Amino acid sequence: MIISRGIKKSFGGKQVLRGVDMQIDSGESLVIIGQSGCGKSVFLKHLVGLLDPDAGEILVDGDRISNAKRADVYRIRMKFGVLFQSAALFDSMSVEQNVGLGLVEHTKMTKGEIDKRVAECLEMVSLSGIQKQMPSELSGGMRKRVGLARAIAMKPQYILYDEPTTGLDPITADSINDLIIQMQQELKVTSIIVTHDMVSAFKIADRLVMLHLGRVIFSGTEQEIKTQSIDIVRRFIAGESEDKQVVTHYF
Amino acid sequence: MSRAVTIPAILLAPVQLIGKLLLEFTSELGRFGILMGRITKELGAIFSRRELFIRECVRLGVESLPLVLLVGLFTGAVSGWQLHYQLEGYMPFDMIGPGVFKSIVLEMGPVLTGLVISGRVAASIAAELGTMKVTEQIDALESMAISSTRYLAVPRIAAMTMMTPVLVTQVNFIAIMGAWFVTTVFLSLTSSQFFGLIPSFFDLYDVFSGLLKSLFFGMSSAMIGCYVGFDASGGAEGVGSATIKAFVWSSLTVLVLDFLLAMILF
Ligand SMILES: Nc1ncnc2c1ncn2[C@@H]1O[C@H](COP(=O)(O)OP(=O)(O)OP(=O)(O)O)[C@@H](O)[C@H]1O
Ligand SMILES: [Mg+2]
Repeated sequence: MIISRGIKKSFGGKQVLRGVDMQIDSGESLVIIGQSGCGKSVFLKHLVGLLDPDAGEILVDGDRISNAKRADVYRIRMKFGVLFQSAALFDSMSVEQNVGLGLVEHTKMTKGEIDKRVAECLEMVSLSGIQKQMPSELSGGMRKRVGLARAIAMKPQYILYDEPTTGLDPITADSINDLIIQMQQELKVTSIIVTHDMVSAFKIADRLVMLHLGRVIFSGTEQEIKTQSIDIVRRFIAGESEDKQVVTHYF
Repeated sequence: MSRAVTIPAILLAPVQLIGKLLLEFTSELGRFGILMGRITKELGAIFSRRELFIRECVRLGVESLPLVLLVGLFTGAVSGWQLHYQLEGYMPFDMIGPGVFKSIVLEMGPVLTGLVISGRVAASIAAELGTMKVTEQIDALESMAISSTRYLAVPRIAAMTMMTPVLVTQVNFIAIMGAWFVTTVFLSLTSSQFFGLIPSFFDLYDVFSGLLKSLFFGMSSAMIGCYVGFDASGGAEGVGSATIKAFVWSSLTVLVLDFLLAMILF
């Protein structure tokens, strides 16, 4: 279980998070939505201690990761797998080395065992046989999926997905959704997914949370979000811009 | 009180600027210190992750060799030529050999190698780590519970600390060969005139202190490259300015260290 208590974060005078309170139960699949630039990626980085909050704290299974000692931070991070928005593959390493790095660094697995696990993970993201390629040779969507393979290689307890399906074709995107659901159901992982894609959001979410102006303004199930009356939330899921009326006026 | 307000802005501006620069410099120095503290604690990684260390020795050290050797060759050649010109009519040419030897081993070899390394190695470390920083690769590494300083900085700093004296040894050798070549081929010296007096002026302390200086140059260049790279922000432009910053600061540091170490060693 992850608990976020009053997370506040500013960057050079610009306040991005203004007190985010959230509880993420083990085994659930939580989708975080919100406008571009509202701090979703920043919030995910707080969950793994890549950023420390100005105020508030993140507790992972009761352990505080925010502003904690480095050794503690690393110990807690072992529970996480993170897919970055930009995939963030290591340029200087092949696909195989990218996916296998955690195993090489943290386990005593032999080369053969690592190769086997890497192949398994690549197969899960339908990218078998690209072990020897370099990240620069891959398409954007492929990089995303290699990033996902890397995130799941260590069989983490919590997986953070920052826009896992952005930039993928609808069919591949759907297979990623299926993968997220499968990971959650079969391996009992807790998934935290940031996405703009409402179709996948409704498909994978047990619960949705919306961030707006640095705070959680909505938390609930698909049913609840579709029937609630907060204007911003309603407009967000319907994909209407705020000044729609003004714009239509011109045409 | 009211008089203070009447000081014209134009007089205050430089004071404010100096104050701001000082503050910035102090905070950078602080962050540099914190990073170095972290790195010192993780130095053991040189032994536990030997293959990373060796890879950096090859990549940063061995691949710098052609460039520093070229610099050494020309420096030696020029100092041989110049010394010949300066000594002509005042002193016997037998003194050219020892003169070249001393100036190369004590000063030119280590400092020029240090400067070349600032340009080549510090800048490339900053560019590489800076790119990793702005593309979130450092975050990715950290999120996998792998220390970015242990994995990226320690091997680079250790490799440069060890490789620079090795490079300088070779630079010294080839520089003296360069001086020997121009003075014997283009000028009137014989080989025995050139080498004859070197043994009597040879002092192991000179060679050793030159190499010791270069060890610090290599270490400081790599440390600055790592710090500047980790500190980079803001896309390709940020990486570009990090590269320049690393070069400027590490070459300045080489010159300042050279002076400080000269005062300590001699
Ligand atoms: N390291 C940083 N330094 C300064 N500002 C930052 C940093 N990281 C994020 N920000 C700022 O924080 C705000 C939120 O960024 P974030 O990346 O979390 O947005 P997001 O909700 O993920 O948006 P998107 O949906 O477009 O990915 C942005 O305005 C960004 O400029
Ligand atoms: Mg984002």
